[in-house]
Amino acid sequence: MNETTGGIEDGDGSGIVKKFMFVNRKAPYGTIYALEGLEVVLISAAFDQDVSMVFLDDGVYQLAKGQHTKAIDVKNFSPTYRALEGYDIEKLYVERESLEIRGLNAGDLLVPVEVLSSAAMGDLMKTQDVVIGF
Amino acid sequence: MALEVNGKTYETDEEGYLLNLSEWDEDIAKVLAESEKVEMTENHWEVVNFLREYYNDYQIAPAVRVLTKAIGKKLGAEKGNSKYLYELFPYGPAKQACKIAGLPKPTGCI
Repeated sequence: MNETTGGIEDGDGSGIVKKFMFVNRKAPYGTIYALEGLEVVLISAAFDQDVSMVFLDDGVYQLAKGQHTKAIDVKNFSPTYRALEGYDIEKLYVERESLEIRGLNAGDLLVPVEVLSSAAMGDLMKTQDVVIGF
Repeated sequence: MALEVNGKTYETDEEGYLLNLSEWDEDIAKVLAESEKVEMTENHWEVVNFLREYYNDYQIAPAVRVLTKAIGKKLGAEKGNSKYLYELFPYGPAKQACKIAGLPKPTGCI
């Protein structure tokens, strides 16, 4: 929880807003990437930037409903994606091809997302100031 | 580090946050509050219980800004502002209320 904005604030409050896109490609468990990526996004929310998240490849599993992690003895952090709305992070994009290959559709996901084709996703990436991959 | 309540020992991290949140109960909260020099009133409990619910729903401790907004939504605008929350928890609702609620230190809290 940020008690302050870390000093990245203009006196008149009109700081520069950049477009940050966080691209999540990995399955939620087995590596730390998904959880770390999510934490970075939550922290980035404190800086009033234009933040979006992309889920593609196995990254789409991060948003899948019905994650049960007891048997692998790690915390199921998937409910945290539902908190993103409260952090004003509402631009969530999922690649259609990644869903289809895995037999998923938007209804299998924990949160409302915009499903984009691979080509449209590429176009969207081109409009970003910063793209960070996890 | 460890915390002793009613003859039982509870593990905490180096800053005094309870390690196992399922061990939390109101007696532990009172001891944690004492260590923060916070005297628990009904209004304090309201925030602490809200935080526990939030954690239960989302598996994270909310940022102050998010907590403030969510409290305003649930308990009304006169409570959903940082002045009110800092009056209850002078060293920061994040740091103190989360600790008393037995939650981990909030993500990104410096």
